[in-house]
Amino acid sequence: MATKKPDLTSNTAGIISPNPFWLASAPPTNSGPQIMRAFEAGWGGAVWKTLGQPVQNVSSRFGGLNYNGKRNIGFNNIELITDRPLESNFREIREVKREFPNHALIISLMVETEKEWEDIIARTVDAGADGLELNYGCPHGMCERGMGSAVGQEPEVNKRLTGWAKKYAEKYSPGLPVLVKLTPNVGDIVPNGLAAQAGNADGVSLINTIKSIIGLDIDNFVPVPTVGGKSSNGGYCGAAVKPIALHMVGALARDPRFNIPISGIGGVANWRDAVEFILMGSSSVQVCTEVMLKGYRIVEDMICGLEEYMISHDFQTIDEMVGKAVPQFSNWGDLDLNYEVIAKIDADKCIGCYDCVVACNDGAHQCMFVAEPGADGVVAKRVPIIDESECVGCNLCQIVCPVPDCISMVQVDNGHAPSTWNQHLAGEGQLRYKKGSH
Amino acid sequence: MTRLSQARSESVFKDFKPAYDANHAVVEANRCLYCIEAPCQIACPTKIDIPQFIRRIATDNVKNSAKTILSSNILGMSCARVCPVEVLCVGACVYNEMNQPPIQIGKLQRYATDLALEKGWRFFEAGEDSGRSVGLVGAGPASLAAAHELRRHGHAVTVYDKRDVVGGLNTWGVAPYKLRAEDALAEVDYVLGIGGIDVQLGIEVGDGEFSDLSWADLEAKHDAVFLGFGLGEDSGLDVPGLDLAGVHGAVDFIECFKTGSVDLSWARHAVVIGGGNTAVDAVRELKGLGVAEVSLVYRGTEAGMSGYQHEWKAAKVEGVRASWRSQPLAFLGSERLLSIHCARLGDDKQPTGDTYTIAADLALLAIGQGKLGKIIAGLDGIETKWGRVVVDETGATGRPGWFAGGDCTNGGKEVVNAVAEGKAAAAAIHAYVTRTNATGGA
Ligand SMILES: Cc1cc2nc3c(=O)[nH]c(=O)nc-3n(C[C@H](O)[C@H](O)[C@H](O)COP(=O)(O)OP(=O)(O)OC[C@H]3O[C@@H](n4cnc5c(N)ncnc54)[C@H](O)[C@@H]3O)c2cc1C
Ligand SMILES: Cc1cc2nc3c(=O)[nH]c(=O)nc-3n(C[C@H](O)[C@H](O)[C@H](O)COP(=O)(O)O)c2cc1C
Ligand code: SF4
Repeated sequence: MATKKPDLTSNTAGIISPNPFWLASAPPTNSGPQIMRAFEAGWGGAVWKTLGQPVQNVSSRFGGLNYNGKRNIGFNNIELITDRPLESNFREIREVKREFPNHALIISLMVETEKEWEDIIARTVDAGADGLELNYGCPHGMCERGMGSAVGQEPEVNKRLTGWAKKYAEKYSPGLPVLVKLTPNVGDIVPNGLAAQAGNADGVSLINTIKSIIGLDIDNFVPVPTVGGKSSNGGYCGAAVKPIALHMVGALARDPRFNIPISGIGGVANWRDAVEFILMGSSSVQVCTEVMLKGYRIVEDMICGLEEYMISHDFQTIDEMVGKAVPQFSNWGDLDLNYEVIAKIDADKCIGCYDCVVACNDGAHQCMFVAEPGADGVVAKRVPIIDESECVGCNLCQIVCPVPDCISMVQVDNGHAPSTWNQHLAGEGQLRYKKGSH
Repeated sequence: MTRLSQARSESVFKDFKPAYDANHAVVEANRCLYCIEAPCQIACPTKIDIPQFIRRIATDNVKNSAKTILSSNILGMSCARVCPVEVLCVGACVYNEMNQPPIQIGKLQRYATDLALEKGWRFFEAGEDSGRSVGLVGAGPASLAAAHELRRHGHAVTVYDKRDVVGGLNTWGVAPYKLRAEDALAEVDYVLGIGGIDVQLGIEVGDGEFSDLSWADLEAKHDAVFLGFGLGEDSGLDVPGLDLAGVHGAVDFIECFKTGSVDLSWARHAVVIGGGNTAVDAVRELKGLGVAEVSLVYRGTEAGMSGYQHEWKAAKVEGVRASWRSQPLAFLGSERLLSIHCARLGDDKQPTGDTYTIAADLALLAIGQGKLGKIIAGLDGIETKWGRVVVDETGATGRPGWFAGGDCTNGGKEVVNAVAEGKAAAAAIHAYVTRTNATGGA
C-alpha cells in the first residue's frame, strides 16, 4: 500500500500526454466527438485520421483473419484517408483542444506538393494541434497517387517532404513537434528512419499497415474484401503484426545513428503489448485495430495493467522504461554459441498427448520418443522420453506443449566459456561440440 | 475471533464446481465477447462490471480484475461460489443465444477473488473518522457489506450477532460443496481487514426474554441502525410426531454439520420435506454425508418446484429420488422416527384420499423459515408485512435513522441480494448520519 503511484505521463518528442496510450490515425479518430469520448474513456492522446484532399472510399473495406476458431487475429483494410470536409475536421480539432487541453492531439497529414503542405500545415496549426504526424505509410490507393508508402519507401523523398513540413511547421508554430509515420513495406526500416531524422523530424511513428491480401472468396475467385466482384491489396494490422512492428521499432532504437523518439504502433491490444513496445524503445504507443474490435474502453485495463507492472518492477516514470530491453537486442553474431539448454519434462504434469514427440521428430531433431511398454506389454505412463545428448534446445516441444510449465528448457553446464560467432571469426574462443548435426 | 470446530462433517465435501487454474481461466476469459450494456452485468444484483473484470483476466491483469469485482461486491469471493449463476449472470450470457456454452463467470470471478484473498491484495481503506457511529444487527452478508461501505466513509461500526460465529448463513447455511465455513470466515476476515469493524458475537439484540441489548439501548448507542438479522427458525408442520428423535428442521441440521460434526452412520432412509432450495441442498448434503437412500417429499410437481432446476438435476444425478404431490400426515415411530405416513395430493394440491407410508429414520423439514419481523414489530415507525421489515428503495424503514436489508426485508433471496441491499443501505445511512447531528442517538 505504501508504494508510490507511478507517473504515467509520457513525452514523445515534446508531445506530452497523461499516459502513453494514443489512438492511431484511423477510423477511431475520424471525428471530434469520437476523440472526446476516447479521452473521457482514458486515452492519453489521439492521432487524427489523416487529413489531405478528402477522398471517396469504397464500400466493403475491411477483412478479418480467423485462425483455429479465434476471430480477427489479423485485420486488413482498403480504406484511404479522411473523406470528410477539411473545414469540419478543423472545427472539431478546435473543439477537442478546447475541451481537453491536457491531452495530446496530433494531426496526421498527407498531401503532395510543397504548396499543399504549406497550406494544410498553416490551417492545422491554426486549429490547434499539439503535433503533426506525416503519413508516409498507406500501402494501398494513396501510393498509386504518389503519396503514402510511395513516399515512405524512398528515403530521399521522405527527407525532402519532411524538410518541407518541418519548415512550415516552424514558420506557423515554432517548436511544434513533427513525427513521421513510417511504412513497414521496405526491406530495411533503418534508412527510412534516418531519412526522417535527416529531414529534421522530431520523432517517428511506426508501423503503418503491411501490404496484404487477407484471403480469398474461393467460390467466386476473388480476394476479400470484395468491391463489386473485385478487390485490391490492403493494409495488414492487428495482433498478428506485432512481431514485425516490434522488430522495426527495435531496429531503429538500437541503431546508434538514430536518436529521435519513437511512437510504437502495430498489434497493441493490451497493457502487456504496450509494455513490450515501451521496453523496445517507444515513448508512446498507438492502437487502432483492437479499438476497432473492442472499443475505447480497452484503455482502462491498459492503464491499470501498466501501473501494476511499473509498481511490481519499481519504475516510477515511463522514461525509466523506454528502451530498457534495447541493449539486450543484439546481433546474431554476438550471441553466445556455447550457451546450452535442453528440454526437461515434468512427468507429473504430462498428459500424454505426444504432440512434442511429433514436433521433435518431424519438425526438429528426432530426440523425443514415446514411452516404451513394460514387460507386461502395457505402457505404465505416457510420458515422452528425451534423448538429452541429441536435444539441441530449440524450444519446439515446449512451444507445442498444451500444459503450462510441463516442459521447461533447462540450462546445462557444458564446461565451455562463452564464445560468439564473431569471436570465432576473429580467431578467439572455443566453440562447443555441435549437437544434432550428424 | 470465531473458532470453528476442527472436526466438521462438512469437510468431506469437495467443490461441485472445481476452481480454474491460470491457464484455464485465461482461455475462458478470452472467449468473452466483452459486450457493452452486458446482459450479465444487468443480471447481477451488485452490478459488477463483468466484461471488464474478465478482460483483465484475459490480459493477465488479475489484481485489477479482483479490484473491479470487489469494488462492486466486497463479498465477491463467496458470491462467485454460491450465486445461482445459471439464473443470473451466466444465464444471461449472449452465448446462450447461439447455443454455445455461456462464459463461466462464477468460476472466473472465483479465480480472481481467490487470488486476492490468498495474496492479501487490499484495495480499500477506511475513511477519515467521521465521529458518527452505526450499529448493525446480524453479522451476515447484508450487514458485512454495509459495514465495509460505512467504514470507507469513516463511520464507527459495531456489528452484533446472537450467534458465536460470524458471517451469517454464508458460514453456517450454504452448501459446503459450494462454500465451506472456513472459506466463508476467511472472506469475513478479508472484509474486516479494512479495520475498525467491531464485531460483538453472542449478543442478541431485541426486547425478548433472552435478549442482551434492547432496541432502546441500541438506538441510544448509535447514530443510525441497520437491521440485517435474516430469517428465523425452520417452520414446522401441524402433524403428529414432530418430536420424535430423527426429525429436524433442515436449516438447523445444516448449521449443525457445517459448524460441528454429526454422526449419521445409523441413518438408512432420509426424507426431506419441501421443494425449495434448502430442500434441494439438504438432499444433496445427506447424500454427501453418506446416507444411502435419500428422497424428497414435495406437495408440488417437479416442474413447479421452487428449487433451482440445475441444482435438482445435480441431486438426481447423485441418486436422490422424489415423491411429488405428497404431504406428510404423521411422523411415526416410538421415540425414534421409523416411517412417514403421507397423503397423495391432486393437481389442486388437495388430498386425493390416497395415502401411503415410507420408511424413514431421518426427516428434515425444509418448508421455509419463519420471518423475524415480529421481533421489532412494536417499535414506533417500523412497519412489517408478512413478517418482513418494510423499507423504501434506499433501505430506510419508517423510523428515522433505522435501515434494513437482506433476507429480513426481501423475505429470503440470495447472498448477492443481501450484499446489494446492504451496500445501498450504507449509502443511505451515510447520507443520513452526515446530515444529522452526531450527538444524541438516531
Ligand atoms: C440452507 C440455505 C442455503 C442457502 N444457499 C444459498 C446459496 O447457495 N446461494 C445464495 O446466494 N444464497 C443462499 N442462501 C440464502 C442466503 O444465505 C441468504 O440470502 C443470505 O445469507 C442473507 O443474508 P443476511 O445478511 O440478510 O442474513 P443471514 O445470513 O441470515 O444473517 C443474519 C444474521 O443475523 C443474526 N441474528 C438474527 N437475529 C438476531 C438478533 N436478534 N440479534 C443479533 N443477531 C441476530 C443471525 O445469527 C445471522 O448470523 C441459502 C439460505 C439457506 C437457508
Ligand atoms: C481501417 C484503417 C484505416 C487506417 N487509416 C489510416 C490513416 O488514415 N492514416 C494512418 O496514418 N494510418 C491509418 N491506418 C493505420 C493505423 O493507424 C495503424 O498504423 C495500423 O493499423 C497498425 O496498428 P494496429 O495494429 O493497432 O491496427 C489505418 C488502419 C486501419 C485498420
Ligand atoms: S459497422 Fe457500422 S458502418 Fe460498418 S457495415 Fe456495420 S453498420 Fe455499416
